[in-house]
Amino acid sequence: MAVIEIKQVAKNFGAFTALHSVDLTIADQEFMVLLGASGCGKTTLLRIIAGLETPTAGEVWIGGRRVDHLPPRERGIAMVFQNYAVFPHLTVFENIAFGLRMKKMDQAEVTRRVTRTAELMHIEQLLKRYSGELSGGQRQRVAVARALAMEPDVILMDEPLSNLDALLRLEMRAELKGVLAESNTTTIYVTHDQVEAMSLADRISVMNGGRIVQAANPVEVYRNPAARFVGSFIGNPPMNFLTATPVGPGKWQVAGQTYDGPHAQAAEFAVRPEDLHPADHGLPAEVRVVEPLGPHTLVTTTVAGQPFRAVLESTLMPRPGDVIHLAPVPDRIRWFDPATQTALC
Amino acid sequence: MPRLLPYLLLLPATAFLCLFFLYPFVQVAHDSVMRGGVYTLENFTRMAGHWKFSTAFWNTMLLAAVVVPVQLAMALTMASIVTKLQRGRSSILYIFAIPLGISDLAAGLIWLSVFEQSGFLNSLLVGLGVVDRPILLLGYQNTWVIFIAIALAEVWRATAIMMVILVAGMGLIPKEYGEAADVFGASRWQKFRRVTLPMLKPSLQTALILRVILAFEVFAVVVALGGTQLPVLMSETYHWQFAMQERGVAAAYAMVILAVSVAFTILILRLLHVPKGARV
Amino acid sequence: MSEPSVRRAGNRVFIAGVALLILWVLLPIWLLFVNALSAPAEVTGFPKRFIPSFDLASLSFFFGFSGVIDALWNSVKVAALTMILSIGVGAPAGYALSRFDFPGKETFRFLVVMTRAFPLPLLALPLAVMFIRTGLDDTIIGLALVHTTLALPFAVLITYSLFSGIPLELEEAAWTLGCNRVQAFTKVILPLAAPGIAASAVFAFVISWNEVFAAAVLTVENRTLTAFLLQSLDVSPLPLKFAGGAALVLPALFFIFAVRKYLFAMWGIANR
Repeated sequence: MAVIEIKQVAKNFGAFTALHSVDLTIADQEFMVLLGASGCGKTTLLRIIAGLETPTAGEVWIGGRRVDHLPPRERGIAMVFQNYAVFPHLTVFENIAFGLRMKKMDQAEVTRRVTRTAELMHIEQLLKRYSGELSGGQRQRVAVARALAMEPDVILMDEPLSNLDALLRLEMRAELKGVLAESNTTTIYVTHDQVEAMSLADRISVMNGGRIVQAANPVEVYRNPAARFVGSFIGNPPMNFLTATPVGPGKWQVAGQTYDGPHAQAAEFAVRPEDLHPADHGLPAEVRVVEPLGPHTLVTTTVAGQPFRAVLESTLMPRPGDVIHLAPVPDRIRWFDPATQTALC
Repeated sequence: MPRLLPYLLLLPATAFLCLFFLYPFVQVAHDSVMRGGVYTLENFTRMAGHWKFSTAFWNTMLLAAVVVPVQLAMALTMASIVTKLQRGRSSILYIFAIPLGISDLAAGLIWLSVFEQSGFLNSLLVGLGVVDRPILLLGYQNTWVIFIAIALAEVWRATAIMMVILVAGMGLIPKEYGEAADVFGASRWQKFRRVTLPMLKPSLQTALILRVILAFEVFAVVVALGGTQLPVLMSETYHWQFAMQERGVAAAYAMVILAVSVAFTILILRLLHVPKGARV
Repeated sequence: MSEPSVRRAGNRVFIAGVALLILWVLLPIWLLFVNALSAPAEVTGFPKRFIPSFDLASLSFFFGFSGVIDALWNSVKVAALTMILSIGVGAPAGYALSRFDFPGKETFRFLVVMTRAFPLPLLALPLAVMFIRTGLDDTIIGLALVHTTLALPFAVLITYSLFSGIPLELEEAAWTLGCNRVQAFTKVILPLAAPGIAASAVFAFVISWNEVFAAAVLTVENRTLTAFLLQSLDVSPLPLKFAGGAALVLPALFFIFAVRKYLFAMWGIANR
């Protein structure tokens, strides 16, 4: 049970700046996901919180205690690693018991905790095995059990599902969510997988170029991206962007159509592919590729020479070369400042 | 503290190498140009002026020139065999690697048992009726037999080290390359010549450098088989140090061995240079 | 010839080649042991039999010869000391190289790799003088120090590759689970690296056990077995030489067998 505060944390590796003065507060028992492409600084931030990396500047507070000068073992955290880091020379039991033994806990309590977490992760039948005898999914369970057995204030997870195959990942995702919700710990979870982020998070921090671009709940991040990057990173297919020219105060012309928009010098028009529907009047789109996906059809077009995608009902089957008119749902249109790349209005 | 930790861990090894590697080399270089308290090249002129010097130098060079190519060919053969084997791989590898653990002195003694006058080679020759009675093989009359015996002992002893390096190197080459060559219709020989060998360059480099330097250091094998009848650089160094008590000249010899070693290391590095981007 | 028969012929050539190479390696060792396990009269006699008579007179002559037991014991002591020194000094360096990035790392690696381009036994020449000055001349420790110089580069590079093979994540996991650096090393890294470290220790032992030149230069009274055999080569009878040779070879056979799994870990790194 702990609030985590990150105050102006920065990290340089030589000339490369991995983090630019990051501020973030994570509430007690919150499930926070750090989401971004590789190299965005999310893992560095997690490792700084864990104490595996020393920040160049800034402070890290866990549970009201400043910890950035403390070694990992004194921070009250537990961590699940990308490659699981299950000790190969110890049995599953001893792996889970490792941290408890370091705390000099008595044997009865160790056994009790190991058994309980093993049951929780459904690995009670594997306790005598070595890591070499386990599948990837089983190792993953051991790694999580080992972290949970510590009953830590904070659990840190570094891409824990990325080495599992797709089906197993789906299963583990649901299970993790359940287990962690019951454990009452604060969780920080690093991933590059937006679906994973959406499904697990109470709040998502989208990171790019060593900065947190937006920290908000999944729906907010999806619906109201705070920056052009968030819109283009989240959503599959991502948000569409079109250039707009001002035609009056708060009036913008986009591909021959006029829309209400912000009072600004310049703006870019944006809309998600699923917020479009065919209409008599709308953005004129020349169809390039049509991909039927079952529940709906993905249509790739060009609008005024710019790439533009739409997710349409599967009953609609335009052909390449057709020109169709696509109307955006009015309250789903978003506007971005081309200079700062941030959301307008 | 964490910033200092690596240096702390390196300190003993660095101190050790400075004290027992760098310092002695400076010292030996210094000794080689110092005689009677003055700097002079007299040690070198005395060394070069002695009749045994050029014999010792050319014996050493010739021995390396004969032994190293043979070893390279054998080591490549052995490594290919080991890489190809499916059954018995580890036992055959162990057998091939045995000489790696045998000292050059022991290797010299082993081959002495073959070549001495009452030895196994004579026993075989007499038994087959090639000669009527045992002949003196390792005598001063035919130093070329001594040379052959030394060469055989060296090939026998030190091929293993090259083989092990090459097997390790072959293990690093992903199988796909060979399979790709198969698909494009390469024969076995073409595959070896055009895929394996070029990719093996870094290992070949290491193996050759190690082996060539060891070849210039050849000593105990020579003494065990030839006594003083076939002088080489290292045995002369030993001789000047002990029998003649001339440390300066011994140091000059050491500088010669050092010079050829460094020269050949650079040569091999140049000849088998692999650009950074072209490594496996 | 049809395809399969060509392949069968090729196979036969291959097997014959393998057999020949095995014979090439093993036969000379066999001959040495034939001599060592025959009576002195047989060793100097003619013609030779290719099977030993299992007469232990040569061996007992060898072990009874004045100075042999001492030399053997000296060899063991020097080699054991070399083993301890080279791992004790080399393993921390190997660990530092595998786990840290720091200025000067490449310089150190260069220093270590450079030792390979030098004929190291020559070090014994100047060190002989230095040892006389410091009282280390003709001592077990003095020789062990020189042998450690021979073994140290290997110890550093081998342990470097061993530690590099153990994921940093395991160590980090130990830190997050309550270990300090030392505990993480002893509880996680050491158990995983132990067999490899043992192998490189054995390797250091072999390097010292087999070394001739420096041993002969640096020891007079406290000679090792190799130095003893070398210096008595021109005076000792054949049975003594061959029994001595066998005494040198036999432990080596076991050593190589003990480290056979690690031979590649040891030499494969030479490629980096």
